[in-house]
Amino acid sequence: MNSLFRLAGDNALPVAWAASRNHSIDTIENESRRAFLLGVSTGALVLAIGALPLRALAEEAKLYGGAGMPGGLQDDPRVFIAIAPDGSVTLINIRAEMGQGVRTSMPMIIADELDADWGRVTVQQANADEAKYGNQNTDGSRSVRQAFTSLRHAGAAARQMLEAAAAAAWGVPVTEVKASLHEVVDSKTGRRGGYGEFAAAAALLPVPAADQIKLKTPQEFRYIGKGLVGGTDNNDIVTGKAQYGIDTRLEGMLYAVIARPPVFGGMLKSHVATEALKVPGVIKVAVLDSSPIPSAYMPLGGVAVIASNTWAAIEGRKKLVIEWEGGTNAAYDSVEYHKQLSASAAKPGEMARNLGDVYAALASAERKIAVEYYLPHLAHATMEPPAAVARISDGKCAAWACVQAPEDTRDLLAGVLGISKENVTVHMMLLGGGFGRKSKPDFVAEAALLSKAVDGQPVKVTWTREDDLAHDYFHTVSVERIEAAIDSSGKPLAWLQRSTAPTIMSTFAPSQVRESAMELALGLTNLPFFGVPNLRIEAPEALAHTRIGWFRSVSNIPHAFATQVAADELAHVAGRDPKDFLLELIGPPQKVDPGTLGDTQNYGEDPTLYPVNSGRLRGVIETVAKAASWGRTMPAGSGLGIAAHYSFMTYTAVVFEVVVAADGSLSIPRVDIAVDCGPQVNPERVRAQMEGSVVQGISLALLGEISFAKGHAVQTNFHEYEILRFDAAPGEIHVHNVGASDFSVQLGGVGEPGVPPVAPALINAIFAATGKRIRNLPVREQLRAV
Amino acid sequence: MSTISINGQNHEYGGSPDMPLLWFLRDVLGLTGTKFGCGMALCGACTIHIDGKAVRSCVTPVSVALSGGKITTIEGLSADGEHPVQQAWKELNVAQCGYCQGGQIMQAASLLSDKPSPSDAEIDAAMSGNLCRCGTYTRIRSAIHLAVVKSGGAA
Repeated sequence: MNSLFRLAGDNALPVAWAASRNHSIDTIENESRRAFLLGVSTGALVLAIGALPLRALAEEAKLYGGAGMPGGLQDDPRVFIAIAPDGSVTLINIRAEMGQGVRTSMPMIIADELDADWGRVTVQQANADEAKYGNQNTDGSRSVRQAFTSLRHAGAAARQMLEAAAAAAWGVPVTEVKASLHEVVDSKTGRRGGYGEFAAAAALLPVPAADQIKLKTPQEFRYIGKGLVGGTDNNDIVTGKAQYGIDTRLEGMLYAVIARPPVFGGMLKSHVATEALKVPGVIKVAVLDSSPIPSAYMPLGGVAVIASNTWAAIEGRKKLVIEWEGGTNAAYDSVEYHKQLSASAAKPGEMARNLGDVYAALASAERKIAVEYYLPHLAHATMEPPAAVARISDGKCAAWACVQAPEDTRDLLAGVLGISKENVTVHMMLLGGGFGRKSKPDFVAEAALLSKAVDGQPVKVTWTREDDLAHDYFHTVSVERIEAAIDSSGKPLAWLQRSTAPTIMSTFAPSQVRESAMELALGLTNLPFFGVPNLRIEAPEALAHTRIGWFRSVSNIPHAFATQVAADELAHVAGRDPKDFLLELIGPPQKVDPGTLGDTQNYGEDPTLYPVNSGRLRGVIETVAKAASWGRTMPAGSGLGIAAHYSFMTYTAVVFEVVVAADGSLSIPRVDIAVDCGPQVNPERVRAQMEGSVVQGISLALLGEISFAKGHAVQTNFHEYEILRFDAAPGEIHVHNVGASDFSVQLGGVGEPGVPPVAPALINAIFAATGKRIRNLPVREQLRAV
Repeated sequence: MSTISINGQNHEYGGSPDMPLLWFLRDVLGLTGTKFGCGMALCGACTIHIDGKAVRSCVTPVSVALSGGKITTIEGLSADGEHPVQQAWKELNVAQCGYCQGGQIMQAASLLSDKPSPSDAEIDAAMSGNLCRCGTYTRIRSAIHLAVVKSGGAA
């Protein structure tokens, strides 16, 4: 094999994807290794030009964006690109694919600058290796936003190396040749040669320095911004070939399920496995240690049943006789906890942002609201539950898993096994949904520990749906208390918001008793209500009693819900149109340094490149209102509701049209969502993410709730933790793309910013239709009384 | 030993007749296109066809297939991935994570073999047992209508 840029030898996974399912991955992997050894070693060609130096730098000076992430950004073409003599191009995708489309959009960026023919491109998935690839953590709506320029650099550098190799081969100046759609063309003679022809020679050339890279102008883009490239995995998905973490099969693999302590922090007291071991197919019962709180990514512990197939393991687990020690959270009860949160929110909390004198303004105001909103815990409920395979041999561990944080997974496995991370390989399988759950690799550590318990034999751990809902890293539970007032002329006067919710930080460090600065910067310290002269954000105390984790959009969900519903409530007190009043809360267009507001986070981005831009928020509101014909007269029982939010460097606004029948049943004929995420690399996937955000937002508003009683989650499967179904989905979802097309402004995030304004827009529409104000989610039966 | 017909091939089976087909397909045969989602027929990720009808394999024991029904999984829906429903799904980029889509496609294919030009109400009734956490429902509806056209029907 004489590929231009050598690929790492450990990237055997995609080969297995394409293979007949009668082969195990082990077989394929070995075949692939043999094939690889025929080629040139990669070692000498790989330069760590971004990764490690940037990681060291980050400790000295504040770095923003991708450069500030662990591992930094990688732009070396030899890490991402391989070109075979026949011209076929292989592009490495380093991020986790969970439905957001990175396996399409990220290689597409490289392919565009490379000017490759997309039809001749194959996408291959990287393993976990941030020293080589740069940051691979896939969350925070960061992947395309932060890696756009570095991936362009990689593609452009390879294009220039091919041009240089062709010029040398033809003995002409490099200025005379130009790469164009998989060929290099000599402008004088018209002769041309395919990329495969020059690949070997190009591989020996130096990579152009950053200041020598010639990026395309946006007018020259072939794929970026067009939305014409279909999903990389479309064909595998519709034929059942796509391989998710749960689909991994290894030679000699065993199957396990685990009975975990039902109360967070609880432990195993005793167990009897006699009957479980009698179930045909059950091979072994093993105890896993529990970790003390805060347990971070460590497994919850419990009793594992290892069997020859998943069903035998599940049946065996039913026969275990277990006594648990409840632990400190054994009394956790959601009804009681709601009262505690309300009591906490009734008193002043730690100040997070302050402008003017909100207390004095509220005391003097005549027209005001004092309201409280409640949003319960949510479970991620990815359609593919957590699942992973691990195998240990010769002191080395290999894992195959659906993980959003592959390098964290590697570190965790090294830690629990007591081996160096160089001896841990994490294969990044497709994720059947992520939403933040699969950023936490506890389930992969379970597989590794169980493999160790069976002398290194491969073990697949599968979480049943019951396991998933009982032991999630749950979205927080919130009481948002808002007191807000208008002055005598009906203009915004004061806004006091007390955000009361257990923090994600409690999962990682002791004594974390209120929302952190990170969480408050998800829509509150940077809330662009610049039209309010007296504004104060406080964070009262809220203790965690379960594992709290980040869920798509994170605290933006409760924060946006409360601010946007309260804005609607205040508009009605003022007798104003909700959209006009919302614009007045936001005030005239301006760009504000988030640091001046008390937001030190800014999603990790440079505040000079990413100010809070209230003009852009106004823009999406105006766009969505126009598209939905805001202000039109609605028939009785129907209504329009609006909400907007800024999160993940992106501005979104939503209008719902709802119909509520006399019996309280709700239907949603139409939803409009406008998004300004700056320039769009893949508008087709941006639309898909917005459509999905609308549906997931409706789902959490109408149905989503995990409640606790006696310390454990009450809901056990989809009949109790309901997900929006097909017949309740909106009739139409219209996505309106507002962003720049000239790539002159920074990119915003896409995966998460669609969700936050959905629930409040829906609740505001229900109010418009019925006069009933829903303040506690989920809606569920609350409309029945209408 | 008994024989089970799956995607036109016969397989010998000597295990428990109570084993759900889902786990026989996934763990024994390695047909992993049929997905586990809930184990209680609540989500439809495990949808397969028995004699052309959509069933939930997570609650259907192997014994049902032992009595002679012909089983089709997503891997066997078409020889080349070009069933009209599969074509429509690709053309409209329906999938996000894709995990539920094998079940969605099997459900939709069963619907169209039964009702070649379904109304929206009939689509709702047929598809509401299949959950999608990514929220692709509106595209699924469009894709079903497109598949009708591709099959020569009136959408």
